[in-house]
Amino acid sequence: MASAIATTLSTRAVRAAPPRATRDPAWARWLLTAVALAFLACFLVLPIVVVFAQAFSKGGAYFLAAVCEPDALAAIRLTLLTVAIVVPANVLFGIAAAWAISKFKFSGKSLLTTLIDLPFAVSPVISGLIYVLVFGAQGWFGPWLIAHNIRVIFAVPGIVLATTFVTFPFVARELIPLMQAQGTDEEYSAVTLGANGWQTFWRVTLPNIRWGLFYGVILCNARAMGEFGAVSVVSGHIRGETNTMPLHVEILYNEYNVAGAFAVASLLALLALATLVVKSVVEWRQTGSA
Amino acid sequence: MSIEAHSIHKKFGAYTALDGVDLNVPQGKLVAVLGPSGSGKTTLLRIIAGLEFPDPGSGRVLFHGDDVTDLPAGKRRVGFVFQHYALFRHMSVFENVAFGLRVRRRRDRPSSEAIAERTHRLLELVQLDGLAGRFPSQLSGGERQRVALARALAVEPKVLLLDEPFGALDARVRKDLRRWLRRFHDEIQLTTIFVTHDQEEALEIADEVVIMNKAHVEQVGTPQQVYDKPASPFVYQFLGNVNVLRAPALAGAQRRGGPPDAEAQDGQIYVRPHDIEVTPHDAGGAGLSAIVRHIHAAGPHARLLLEQVQTREQVEVEISRSELAELELGVNDLVRLRLRQSHSFDEDYAI
Repeated sequence: MASAIATTLSTRAVRAAPPRATRDPAWARWLLTAVALAFLACFLVLPIVVVFAQAFSKGGAYFLAAVCEPDALAAIRLTLLTVAIVVPANVLFGIAAAWAISKFKFSGKSLLTTLIDLPFAVSPVISGLIYVLVFGAQGWFGPWLIAHNIRVIFAVPGIVLATTFVTFPFVARELIPLMQAQGTDEEYSAVTLGANGWQTFWRVTLPNIRWGLFYGVILCNARAMGEFGAVSVVSGHIRGETNTMPLHVEILYNEYNVAGAFAVASLLALLALATLVVKSVVEWRQTGSA
Repeated sequence: MSIEAHSIHKKFGAYTALDGVDLNVPQGKLVAVLGPSGSGKTTLLRIIAGLEFPDPGSGRVLFHGDDVTDLPAGKRRVGFVFQHYALFRHMSVFENVAFGLRVRRRRDRPSSEAIAERTHRLLELVQLDGLAGRFPSQLSGGERQRVALARALAVEPKVLLLDEPFGALDARVRKDLRRWLRRFHDEIQLTTIFVTHDQEEALEIADEVVIMNKAHVEQVGTPQQVYDKPASPFVYQFLGNVNVLRAPALAGAQRRGGPPDAEAQDGQIYVRPHDIEVTPHDAGGAGLSAIVRHIHAAGPHARLLLEQVQTREQVEVEISRSELAELELGVNDLVRLRLRQSHSFDEDYAI
C-alpha cells in the first residue's frame, strides 16, 4: 500500500517536472513561429529577392553593362577607397579609445564614452551638414581652404570624413565592454615579465580582443559601404567623381533606369549578405572559443 | 636579495592607500603581509613590483640596497603572481611560461631549444610537466596558480611577490598548496612577499608577518610574536578570536586583592577564548561569575558562550572536551572564570 502511494507520488513528480515555459501548447508555438517567419519573409527576404529579380529583369548582359559602365565603376572604386581609409582609421581610433577607457583611470572618462556614442544619436544628414558648415565655402575653414586650393566638401576628403564620423562607434563600442571585462591583469603580468608596450599589445591584448575587433570591423565596413545620408550631403553628386555606390543607385533610380539601379544595388546587397555570413562565422567562433 | 621600502605614501584621489609605510624583508625570507581588505597591502605589493608608484617624493623602494623606485616593473626582475593568476588565456601552459623569455631582446634571448628546455624544467618544478599543451581554461585553480608561479620564475626574478596567492581556491586545495609553497620556498630560497587576508595562512607558513590596517603597518614579527604579544587591539582582534571585556568587572578576576590600577580601570581587557579557565562556582572564590548560555561541542574543542553576571557581557571560552566532560556543565549553570593571560592597551590605541 505504502509503496503504491510512493509510486503514484513519484510519477506525479516526474510529470510535473518540466518547467512551465517549455510546455506551451503546440498551436501556440507554431503560431508564433509562423508569425515570425512571415514577418521575415515580407520585410527581409522579399525585398532582397526583388532587388535581385529587378537587377536581372533585362537579362544578364544588361546587368553586366550597368555594373561595368564607367560611372558605376567609378562609384564602386570610390566606395572601396572610402572603406579602405575609413575602416583602418576607425580600427585605430576604436582601439585607442577602448584602450583608454577600459585600462586607464582619468577624469572625463564618462564624457568620452558618451561622445563616442554621439554619431549613433545624430541623424546622418546632420553629420554631413556639420562638415559642410566647418569645411564648406561658407564655413569656418572655407576661405582658408579655398585660398590654399584644398577641396574637402564635394570631394573625396569630405566623403571620407563624413563616413568616418558616422561609423566611428562600431569598433570602439564593440571593444569597450570586452576590454573592461578582461581587465588589466594580463597586461600587467606581461609587463612584469619584461614585455614592452608593443609586445604587450601584439602578444597579449590584441589576441584577446581579436574576435570582438573583427566583429566591429565587419559592422563598420558594412555601414561605411552603405552610408547614404551623411555622404549625400557632402558629396555634391558629381558623376564619376564623388558618387559612392548608394548615391549612384539613387541617381540611376531617379533617371528611371530601374534595372541599372537595381543592378548596382544588388552588388551592395551581395556585400551585405557576405558581411552577414562572415559575422555569423565570427559569432560562432566566439561562442566556440569562449 | 633583500627588499626595503621606506615611508611609502600613496593616495588614490581622496583615498589614502598607504600612509608612510616601512617594510624590511631580509634576504631569502618568506614574509606575509597580512591585513583586512582595504588595508593597503596589495597596493604596497604593487609598488614594490613597480606596477604602481609611490606619491611623488614620498618614499623609496630598495632591492639589495639599490634604489629601484623609478625603475619600471619590467626592469626590476620581480616575479609577480596575481590573485586571479592573470594567465594569458589564448596561450598554452607552455607558451605562458615561455613568454618572459620570448619577449627578451634578441641578443638576450635564449635559443628556442633553450627556452623549451627551461620551460619544461620549470613545469617539472611545479609538478605540471604533463600539462604543457593545455590552455588555462582547462586547468583547475591550483594548477593555474602553479603555472602562474612557473611563469613568474621563468625570468629568473630576484624577488617573488604573490598577491593573495590562494585567495581564489577552495579550502582544501589552499591548505595543500600553502604547505607546498613553504617547501618550495625552502628549496629555491628566493626572497618572497605574499599578501593575504587569511591569518591562519600567514601564521602557518611565513617567517615573518607584517600586519597592516588602514594604510599603516600595525606590527611586524614572527608568527609567534604577533600572536602572543599583539602590539595593538587591532592585531589582537585580527589574529584569532578574542574577548573584549570592560576592565572594572575583571579587576577581581585578574588581580586578587590590591587596588586595580588606573589603566585597567578605564581600559579594556583582551583575552583569548583559550586563555580563560572555567571552574565550578564556589561562593567565596575569586574570579568572575558567569552563566553558561550555549555549549558548542562539535569539533576538536568545546566552545562555551557565557554571560557575565555583573556586566551581562558575552564571553567566549574554549576548553578541551575532556575538561567539559569533567565540569559536567549544562546550559544556565553558574560558573567562575579566571583569566590565565590577558592584555590591556591604552585607550589611544583603541579601534
